[in-house]
Amino acid sequence: MKYMLLMNTPRDGYAQYMSWPKKILEANIAFMQAMSRKLSASGELVSTQGLASPQQAKLVRAGQGGKPITDGVFPESKEFLAGYWLVDVESPQRAYEIAAEVSTAPGGTVTGADGKPLEHFWIEVRQVMSSVEDLK
Amino acid sequence: MTSPRPDLRVERLLRDLAPQVLGAVVRRYRDFAASEDAVQEALIAAAAQWPDEGVPDNPRGWLIHVALRRMTDYVRSEIARRNREVVVADEDPCVVAPTIDSEPVLDPDDTLVLLFMCCHPALTSASAIALTLRAVGGLTTAEIAKAFLVPESTIGQRISRAKRSIRASQVPFRTPDADERAQRLGSVLHVLYLVFNEGYTTSAGAELHRIDLSNEAIRLTREVHNLLPDNGEVSGLLALMLLTDARRAARTGAHGELIPLDEQDRALWDRQAIAEGEALVSAALSQGSVGEYQLQAAIAAVHDEAARAEDTDWQEIRALYGLLMRITDNPLVAVNHAIATAMVEGPNAGLALLAPLEGDERLRGSHRLDAVRAHLLERAGERRAAVELFRGAASKTTSVPERNYLLMKAARLKEAIGGGPSWTSRT
Repeated sequence: MKYMLLMNTPRDGYAQYMSWPKKILEANIAFMQAMSRKLSASGELVSTQGLASPQQAKLVRAGQGGKPITDGVFPESKEFLAGYWLVDVESPQRAYEIAAEVSTAPGGTVTGADGKPLEHFWIEVRQVMSSVEDLK
Repeated sequence: MTSPRPDLRVERLLRDLAPQVLGAVVRRYRDFAASEDAVQEALIAAAAQWPDEGVPDNPRGWLIHVALRRMTDYVRSEIARRNREVVVADEDPCVVAPTIDSEPVLDPDDTLVLLFMCCHPALTSASAIALTLRAVGGLTTAEIAKAFLVPESTIGQRISRAKRSIRASQVPFRTPDADERAQRLGSVLHVLYLVFNEGYTTSAGAELHRIDLSNEAIRLTREVHNLLPDNGEVSGLLALMLLTDARRAARTGAHGELIPLDEQDRALWDRQAIAEGEALVSAALSQGSVGEYQLQAAIAAVHDEAARAEDTDWQEIRALYGLLMRITDNPLVAVNHAIATAMVEGPNAGLALLAPLEGDERLRGSHRLDAVRAHLLERAGERRAAVELFRGAASKTTSVPERNYLLMKAARLKEAIGGGPSWTSRT
């Protein structure tokens, strides 16, 4: 069964990301690369992408003659999609496990002395309706 | 390569073996206090015999054997005492004498379990520190007393009180489960951090470094790191210690005076320790679940990476302190964040961040806030106010080198203003 793991960021998330300490940025990149390698090695990764800053994002619809009409950034949005993982796993539990691990990414969360995360960095887990089999 | 002097070698060996031997004995008898005494006796016997007679082929087996024999004696006398008191001895599993076999099975987790016991949350940190240094570090009561500049009887009292508390808490000698382990590991790391700090900046007294305590903290933390190589906070703490300790040679002048970070001769820094610390902390950060010790180590690494003080990446340090403030409400972290801000935006920005900390109860009596404000006021050109605060800070610190440093700052600044004491007025 396939799951989409969605990483959302608050409106100012990208600005925050830009001001992260260099060491945390480097660690975040290394963490994400290691995550991809691990999921590829276990045969669970279908695809993963990170999305560019929503500053350049546009709302688009067809105008006269099918010509694109664009609108500026979504002023009312509180959250933006920052990236996703598409995984093919044995069970929903496994998808949750992966999401939990991803949520410990450097920069997204910090951990107290007892190992408890102090700030929750949620990952949205959605099942993909990719085949009849999954709908059973 | 020359080998260390034989008695130094014996001493090091004994300290490495102490926790393993104690672990083996406690696992068998489950009586922590009595086992600890028995192991101490075995260590003392070895320290007396080995330098002259040579180290036995199986030193660990030798120590365990001697300690177990002491335990058997103890158990026999306990049984006799209890019989006299008409108590049925076999009600208590601890008083059944075991057979002594050749070499008891060693469990690498024993050292960790011992640490968990010594750093029990029910103990005060002073007791936990003393007990850890003795039971896990293999130091004698006299050595610990010397390191902390207190009478031997005080440390002896602390240790026996700690052992009584452990007995009363009925903590079983076993590897804690995952939840317990995470919780207890926090206390263990805190105790090791305190031991290191005590060694690095003495809170009282004339000497700035107590080298033995810092080394001991590094040695024990390394041991925990070997047992739990994947734990990011353990790696972070070891990295923090290495990155801080690397500056030791540059931190004091010829007369034991304190040399602040920005005036240190960086050629004296230990590059090897810095490289090891940096590798540890960047590996730990990349694992995720970024914690307090990792962030502190990252900050220490940024300082160590700068070839000259003016090359320090204060923007980076400020951002790291910003993250650290999300984890801890320790006001000293906020003070350091204000310093980093001052380095990026100027002294007034730093002073503005310090203002709300002035009413903080936890900083009352600490010299740190006054000293930092004094430095920033000096940079802002408010030299008279700075002199007052340097003096105020000097009166609050309990460290002699630190007090001397602060008084020197006040005196030099006063002289620079030109308003020296009236009896030395020069025109």
